Amino acid sequence: MTETAYSKYEAVIGLEVHAQLSTFSKAFSTDPAAFGAKPNTQVNPVSLGHPGTLPVVNEKLLEYAIRMGLATQCHIRRENFFARKNYFYADLPKGYQITQDTTPICYGGHITITLKDGGKKKLRIHHIHMEEDAGKSMHDQDPDSTLVDLNRAGVPLIEIVSEPDIRSGEEAGLYLAEIRRILRYLEICDGNMEEGSMRCDANISVRLKGETKLGTRCEVKNLNSIRNVQRAIDFETRRQIDVLESGGTIGQHTLNFDPDSGQTSPLREKETANDYRYFPEPDMPPLQLSDAYIEGIRAALPLLPEEWERKLVNEYGLPPYDASVLTESKRMVLYFEALTKETDQFKAAANWLMGPVKSYLNEQGKGMADFPLKPASLAGLINLIEAGKLNYSVAAQTVFPALLEDPEVSPDVLIERLGVAIDSDTDQLTTYIEEVIARHPDKVKQYQNGKKGLIGLFMGEVMKLSKGKIDPKMANRMMAEKLEKA
Amino acid sequence: MKTKNRDSTIREVRSSLSEGSLTLPGLVDYYLSRIRENAHLNAFIEVFSEEALAAANVIQEKIEQGTAGKLAGLVIGIKDNICYRDHRVAASSRMLDGFVSVYSSTVVERLLQEDAIIIGRLNCDEFAMGASNETSFYGPVLNAADTTRVPGGSSGGSAVAVQAGLCHAALGTDTGGSVRQPAAFCGIVGLKPTYGRVSRKGVIAYASSFDQVGPLTRSVEDAALILEVIAGPDPGDSTSSPREVPAYSQSLQQEGTRRIAYLKEALDSPGLDSGVRQCMEQQIARLRSEGHTVEGCDFPYLDYVVPTYYILSMAEASSNLARYDGVHYGYRSPLADSLESTYKKSRTEGFGEEVKRRIMLGTFVLSAGYYEAYYSKAQKVRRLIRDALSGLLANYDFILLPTTPTPAFRFGEKIDDPVVMYLGDIFTVQASLAGLPAISIPAGNHPDGLPVGMQLIGRKFGEADLLSFAHRIF
Repeated sequence: MTETAYSKYEAVIGLEVHAQLSTFSKAFSTDPAAFGAKPNTQVNPVSLGHPGTLPVVNEKLLEYAIRMGLATQCHIRRENFFARKNYFYADLPKGYQITQDTTPICYGGHITITLKDGGKKKLRIHHIHMEEDAGKSMHDQDPDSTLVDLNRAGVPLIEIVSEPDIRSGEEAGLYLAEIRRILRYLEICDGNMEEGSMRCDANISVRLKGETKLGTRCEVKNLNSIRNVQRAIDFETRRQIDVLESGGTIGQHTLNFDPDSGQTSPLREKETANDYRYFPEPDMPPLQLSDAYIEGIRAALPLLPEEWERKLVNEYGLPPYDASVLTESKRMVLYFEALTKETDQFKAAANWLMGPVKSYLNEQGKGMADFPLKPASLAGLINLIEAGKLNYSVAAQTVFPALLEDPEVSPDVLIERLGVAIDSDTDQLTTYIEEVIARHPDKVKQYQNGKKGLIGLFMGEVMKLSKGKIDPKMANRMMAEKLEKA
Repeated sequence: MKTKNRDSTIREVRSSLSEGSLTLPGLVDYYLSRIRENAHLNAFIEVFSEEALAAANVIQEKIEQGTAGKLAGLVIGIKDNICYRDHRVAASSRMLDGFVSVYSSTVVERLLQEDAIIIGRLNCDEFAMGASNETSFYGPVLNAADTTRVPGGSSGGSAVAVQAGLCHAALGTDTGGSVRQPAAFCGIVGLKPTYGRVSRKGVIAYASSFDQVGPLTRSVEDAALILEVIAGPDPGDSTSSPREVPAYSQSLQQEGTRRIAYLKEALDSPGLDSGVRQCMEQQIARLRSEGHTVEGCDFPYLDYVVPTYYILSMAEASSNLARYDGVHYGYRSPLADSLESTYKKSRTEGFGEEVKRRIMLGTFVLSAGYYEAYYSKAQKVRRLIRDALSGLLANYDFILLPTTPTPAFRFGEKIDDPVVMYLGDIFTVQASLAGLPAISIPAGNHPDGLPVGMQLIGRKFGEADLLSFAHRIF
């Protein structure tokens, strides 16, 4: 298949994102919803589906779903019903899942993604509905049996269903990253796809460009990372085009994605249409939401990532790129804001976070939550550089690591202890400069003949001699003067 | 003692206990011996003998110290679909035979809180599905008035236990008439409260939008006192009403004349037994002679009440009973060798015929392509019936109906023809569909000697009025 053949087609993709809400208790019962407990220890009679048990809605489920709806510009339905989705499975003790069918709590919203070329694209959200999770079936723990952990049974979820506006794996990745970023800013879901607290199913079809009818779609289930969503979509798009180009037709399938081979394959041998026999959940009366209730939630919404980005650009004068990097994580942007209370070097603060701090976190495999330095401490370091008392590379290479080892010590004290504070003695600096100039008479000639870039080499030597304890700005100025005169 | 306490109210028993002419351990002993003597009636599935005696001793002491609760002196049985912590509960099904509940229903907690003594669990139709107690895994209950006849159902054991004096009162559950109909067949009082009046938490669900717990008693006064205790808001049941509970037992002495509607279509119904019609006509004449207004009213939906009720209740049942799948608890077929065969074989073997019929019909009416024609339409008709009844109750205080079209029928008479069996619910399902309170009280005997019940339907949450009027005329 030639690339031109592929480029005749476009992919049409819709995503269903399940986000586990970080409520203390479950959606319809009082047992804890936390992840990671020993199997079957967070199970009260409701989660176990014991005879006579009844669901009672956790108000946090409503509140969190509405938060997400408001953050994605959705309408909020005032009269809400739950429905039962009936099917048999070993990890579904009641034989039905409590969900919403025809009346999702949020509908008709959108988010905006920023494409690689800097362009913006609006992706519509069809609806967001509330439901409970099933338990977890584990097929690989025992050779003869499937083991079931019901801790997850009844954990609250929202399902965020996009319109089929997504056109590539890359756009899907950006959509997911943005959804996850919003969930995290709202503090309603930790967005951890590996642990399954955010899960994604992708509906994929292809059609010739210009065609308005949708092609037959396949659904790829249980994708556990943003990268795998992209890979699955890219693979599946090409697979479908290959089928069509070779004269075949696409069958409607539910597919599995194998991260090792990077390929999709049918989940079931035989596709039978499931009839879930949805009907209104008779154990819970309709929930009436008042305007005051919804407005109360709106008023309490935290700043969203897009709003933060604008604030960083407008209030702190950061470039849009910096704003987008810093807002990837809410803790990062809050840390940045804390830095701005301690230093007026906003751009330097941003650079520190995007540079040394991020590299440190990446190396350690940590998140911002585990970053040991108080904002005042990092800001102190930034201020020392600005005041000409410390040079940046020494700060980044020597002082910052030492500070991480001993986070309680003040940066002023630390640079004295390390002996890396800039020597403001210009006589000493002049000595270094003269010594370097004396070492390289030929290079000095070249410089004077116009090879001005050589100043870097001279500065490097001076830095070495001074062990970094010089003010680079001043040294640069003096070096230029001396070179002209030499 | 026998004759004395058989016709006494809880209040009278309590005063005998306070005076010392009766002791609670003695009373429990008496009921335990009655249960033994009448074991052939098969009303009890399990008797909590030692526990009841132990409780009797404790509560006797409380009575003497003046610290006993409202229901001290009440020895009560509970239907086998009401959960009681650390006690077995089976809904009379093989599916749950041997199952022990790990928690108590709200109604049980409230009974115990007020010092009632729970003496055992009572036989019923399997998962409360039936009108003759013939679907129980533990065998049928016999009507003490004529042991060749059914006690009614599904709360058949509850009705017979009270009828035969095996306990003072019983709790039943009423989905489409399961308290009222057996009360009528056994000549006692049966109350179905307004939907939402009594918590359903811990009551094994048959049809969630209909199920209500109600008392079966010998007097309206006892029904009022028991309701007063078990009713009320429960954060564990979101369909329970937040309304406060009036002191029903303190407001039984109302006076004045009332306006009562009877449904013409019901009394003219060709299915109505002439002896029952006669009893109803006598009651109407008596009420008129006492100064009440009793008028015939049109109710054009009578032909639709039974199909509407069965479509909706079976739909809910098919989902409510999905949890009994042989995986997590309850019966698992020894022949199961895969997940699918666990479901199929366990459910095939664990459920009886009537339960399977209702699950299958309920599954059918919820299926894609049939949902609109059955479930949705039935929901609409349910609203019409509810509106029609509340329209009548805007003009009348109560609606009067026979509780059942016939007196107790013989074993085997209807069990092979489900439609005939279902049509027997024609007078009880209206109140269930509309969620209205309704009471069946004895209305004399049929010419052949069997008890006949008269039903009064009240306004939503109008139990105080309904009980006081029933108390006055019974």
